[in-house]
Amino acid sequence: MDKQKKLDLMKKATCIRKYIIDEVFSAKSGHPGGSLSCTDILTVLYFDEMNVDVKNPKWEDRDRFVLSKGHCAPALYATLASKGFFPVEDLNTLRKTDSYLEGHPSMTYVPGVDMSTGSLGQGISAAVGMAIAGKLDEKSYRVYSILGDGEIQEGQVWEAAMAAAHYKLDNLVAFVDHNGLQIDGATADVMNPNPVADKFEAFGWNVIVVDGHDVEAIKNAVDQAKTVKGKPTMVVCETVKGKGVSFMENNCDWHGTAPKQEQRDQAIAELDAYLAELEA
Amino acid sequence: MGKIATRDAYGQALVEYGKDNKNIVVLDADLAKATKTITFKKEVPERFFDMGIAEGNMMTVAAGMATTGKIVFASTFAMFASARACEQIRNSICYPKLNVKVAATHAGLTVGEDGASHQCIEDIALMRALPNMTVISPCDGLEANRAIKAAIEYDGPVYIRLGRAAVEDVFDAETYNFELGKGIQVKDGKDVTLVATGIMVQESIKAAEMLKEEGIDARVINIHTIKPIDKDILIKASNETGAIVTAEEHNISGGLGSAVAEVICQNAPCPIKMVAVNEKFGTSGSPAELLEKYGLTAKDIVAKAKEAIAAKK
Repeated sequence: MDKQKKLDLMKKATCIRKYIIDEVFSAKSGHPGGSLSCTDILTVLYFDEMNVDVKNPKWEDRDRFVLSKGHCAPALYATLASKGFFPVEDLNTLRKTDSYLEGHPSMTYVPGVDMSTGSLGQGISAAVGMAIAGKLDEKSYRVYSILGDGEIQEGQVWEAAMAAAHYKLDNLVAFVDHNGLQIDGATADVMNPNPVADKFEAFGWNVIVVDGHDVEAIKNAVDQAKTVKGKPTMVVCETVKGKGVSFMENNCDWHGTAPKQEQRDQAIAELDAYLAELEA
Repeated sequence: MGKIATRDAYGQALVEYGKDNKNIVVLDADLAKATKTITFKKEVPERFFDMGIAEGNMMTVAAGMATTGKIVFASTFAMFASARACEQIRNSICYPKLNVKVAATHAGLTVGEDGASHQCIEDIALMRALPNMTVISPCDGLEANRAIKAAIEYDGPVYIRLGRAAVEDVFDAETYNFELGKGIQVKDGKDVTLVATGIMVQESIKAAEMLKEEGIDARVINIHTIKPIDKDILIKASNETGAIVTAEEHNISGGLGSAVAEVICQNAPCPIKMVAVNEKFGTSGSPAELLEKYGLTAKDIVAKAKEAIAAKK
């Protein structure tokens, strides 16, 4: 990845983070922590990888994306709006009565959302279904999905993992947003899901571990996945919950809490400062 | 007239309608031999996917496939489809209104010897509670065949309730017409209406014959589509006969009886009596003996019909 491209993606991710803060601030509820931790993955997918058409969101040959950790809808919506699926001005209607921006992603109402999610553990199964269908139809589209590291405590994730390997879904790439935190505390304390990489490897996946905030590393992993035949790929992304906002980082209290005005202003100021740093 | 289990009719219908329709795919959870999806698996192996003993995953995989334009049949026993995978059906299939047909076999007590753990008597209630869901409960092989055809033609989630045991044919292919959401008047009558679904349609027909011998003229209505239910045929029956008995191989809570009561009490109140399992789990036994034991026979319907008539003002 050339330097300019990398810089552009980092700037894009920072803008998306700003949208996330404002979405959750406007809604007065929502999930900023996990949204900020998976932002770089979404940015790489939508701005440097996936073949999608904003004018024809249901285009049958498009690459698919399923946000299995559906509570991070603010990150997905900010990404989709930035891509041009719907106006960025609408982001601040998140979670409001009569807004199409449901608290969790809805494929019925939101252009660009490929699967309705929110109930943890199900998105990855839907992605498996899309990947099987893609193989059956001999389509070249690829299917991407992001899981939370708390989410993988759901048994269904492992049912899906088994099925993906069984059906040799090399057109499926999933990511675990491994930020180590969930609502009640550290994942290791609540119900230890580790070692994540070893588990997926044992389930027959091609596993790559990357820094989940390094856009180049994420892109390289996605590219490497394309060279692996007969296996689905799991990219375990080492991330920081609340990434980019100092007081939210590594603090599970920001899993599902909206910032107050002052906190919102500080968060935006920090992200603006980082953006200025990138511009320079 | 012959005898066939609705699950066998389902297996045959999948091949009949699915063999040449490349959009149809079939999933099963390691029960293909029992649900009869094996007939499709043998004929069209490339469009059959065994998902293993993992029903929750199967339902959401079905949903994912449906997002690409597939018509997906997902089969397992009613117990594991409607109850174990209820939330997957709710959130991944019904909420986005995806084109998945949950074809669930081994519903009700007539599962027989496997006993209570496998006798699903709650599925109508569970599936009927879901917005966007269509619930079909065919009474014989022909009706099951037409229900599958209708489910394929309808774009959206459908739950199809099928049985393990062979059942007597009720209908004739020459004259039978299946219309989704429409009840079928099997026999006219003026004193009471017997409203039945599934295998209780046969029992209701027998009950009407028994009532006739006692001078009671019973109407018989087959409700194959429990959701959306045919309000018109029920309101008409209430207005014209003034008493209703519902009959179903299901628990008394939330099933056909409840669905009929919801329509009647709001539109055309009349006495309603219900023949159903009375808040008990099943047990092992032969299907016929279990129906007797749990009060799901023609004579139970006759008794309730007399109560309903007596309750008329």
